Amino acid sequence: MQTAALPSSRETPPPAARVTAAPAPATTTPRPAPLLRMVRRHRGEIRAVLVGALSVAAFVLAWHLLTTYRVNLYVRFMNVPSPADVLESARTAFATSTFFQHVAISCRRILYGFLLAAAIAVPLGLMMGRFKLLSEIVFPVTEVLRPIPAIAWVPMAIMLWPTNEQSIVFITFLGSFFPILLNTLHGMATVDPVLVRAARCLGATEAATFREVYLPATLPQIFTGLTVGMGVAWVSLIAAEMISGQFGIGYFTWEAYSLVQYSDIALGMLAIGVLGLASSWAIRLVGRLLMPWSAR
Amino acid sequence: MTAAAFLPSADAAPAYAPPKTTKGRVEVRGFGLTYDTADGATDAVSSVDLTVEPGEFVSIIGPSGCGKSTLLNALAGFLKPTRGIVTVDGEPITGPSADRGMIFQQYSLFPWKTVRENVEFGLKMKGMGRAERSRAARTLLGLAGLTPFENHYPDRLSGGMKQRVGIVRALATGPRILLLDEPFGALDAQTRLIMQQILTNMWQRLKISVLFVTHDLDEAIFLSDRIYVMTARPGEIKAEITVPLPRPRLPAMTMSSEFLALRRGLMSLIREESLKAMGGELSADGLQGLAINLEGQDVFRAL
Ligand SMILES: Nc1ncnc2c1ncn2[C@@H]1O[C@H](COP(=O)(O)OP(=O)(O)OP(=O)(O)O)[C@@H](O)[C@H]1O
Ligand SMILES: [Mg+2]
Repeated sequence: MQTAALPSSRETPPPAARVTAAPAPATTTPRPAPLLRMVRRHRGEIRAVLVGALSVAAFVLAWHLLTTYRVNLYVRFMNVPSPADVLESARTAFATSTFFQHVAISCRRILYGFLLAAAIAVPLGLMMGRFKLLSEIVFPVTEVLRPIPAIAWVPMAIMLWPTNEQSIVFITFLGSFFPILLNTLHGMATVDPVLVRAARCLGATEAATFREVYLPATLPQIFTGLTVGMGVAWVSLIAAEMISGQFGIGYFTWEAYSLVQYSDIALGMLAIGVLGLASSWAIRLVGRLLMPWSAR
Repeated sequence: MTAAAFLPSADAAPAYAPPKTTKGRVEVRGFGLTYDTADGATDAVSSVDLTVEPGEFVSIIGPSGCGKSTLLNALAGFLKPTRGIVTVDGEPITGPSADRGMIFQQYSLFPWKTVRENVEFGLKMKGMGRAERSRAARTLLGLAGLTPFENHYPDRLSGGMKQRVGIVRALATGPRILLLDEPFGALDAQTRLIMQQILTNMWQRLKISVLFVTHDLDEAIFLSDRIYVMTARPGEIKAEITVPLPRPRLPAMTMSSEFLALRRGLMSLIREESLKAMGGELSADGLQGLAINLEGQDVFRAL
């Protein structure tokens, strides 16, 4: 159709093509430039990024307006630092290494607590899904412990562990342990039995079926658990640091309040947000690398 | 996609050792299976006797729910017979084995493996090395005309292609027996015909015993040496029919008078059982309800 309408010096189009092409407007649609085509293919993603940027900008603008005009409508913004204040305090904080030490210590606690939780909860969940007796033994205990929020463990954790550092890691561990365990269990329960049978028919042993079927079939659910677990790990960590810490970004935020350095409060909060976002991105990235079949 | 792509070419050396053609005899004697469920025992199969001679293509046909899948699952080694014995080459079945390949009623490719990795699976389980099994899988996929898709994940394949890969995967380990549970049930008529051709070609080439479950009369006649007709649940063998049509079977044969005569005979056998099976499920009221003549809005009023 397009070639028929193009003023080309090549052979004349067949009559049928000419008939259908004739009523079409003379404006030929030229092949789009490569850049344009790329834009068109990723239209959805580009829009999402633009809208996202706009929404963040609107948030910052609202924050700026509310704080510079010291709005006082039941919610009081008099003492809330403005974006500019926070930027200023960030500049001071970034100049020394103290702030980064707090961040590094928090990240280390997350890493230890979360990795420990994953290393225990994933295999345990897989085993519980496979062996009913184990599940019957472990499940009641986890059901009782699960509703206890990690913060409620703080006094107990301080008693249990010799140092503060260990009790904070323990609390982080507890926070992420249950979401990972439950999601792994759920994943195991939803493995398609036909796939298990197919593997057995092809000569797979019990161990091979576990490795080749149960594990990959459960992987998407495991990663859901890891993402949720990472979120809860941060929640628990910050709470623990605020109560019993001496270092860490949660401690930094709480200390700023005690020292009446209000812009540091906002700085600490923003840092926590960025760290949480980065860690869930990291998990999603690993998930995509490990599960190329579900990449789309 | 052509069926010819699957025909053995004279110079194509098989990538794996073809199975010994003398083995693969299935014998089922007095087989019965009762499911124990929360609300009592369900007799799925009451008493089945059947044999599949080595290298024979045998079909089972019967109404829905008569226990065809149950029988096949017992042959595969997933279910223990409640009564009777099931043997392969004289030995009772104790569990699943790569000796008996199975194609399931549902698609059963591993979604996390590419087409080639799926085909390699059985060879991997046998302990074959990476390079060797990759070569074997490539050859098989080539014969099946699936080479362009070897690196695809199953969710990008059509239904027909999935079942083709499933068949290639089951055959890769060189089983003595192939069990197929309505493998083409979900495919459209055209794809189904091509798949039937592919299956017969593979079967003739490999000379393995095949037990094929289907709902479709034409399919059963077109493919089989013999057909067992089962009764409604609890299933029993109602009749055994030999199909004397010559091989190779060609699509044109489905119009021959011999084929149509067989079809008529089978049809009357099946009709009785299907009605019996339906009658068991529908209550008397339900049957009457079917007879009521509802016109347009009456349906809404009746509700
Ligand atoms: N796991 C099970 N527990 C209890 N009853 C079952 C189970 N599986 C099958 N049944 C029952 O056993 C009977 C036979 O089932 P089966 O799946 O073998 O039938 P089928 O002939 O393969 O039917 P279809 O043609 O619809 O696939 C059915 O009535 C079914 O409800
Ligand atoms: Mg069935």
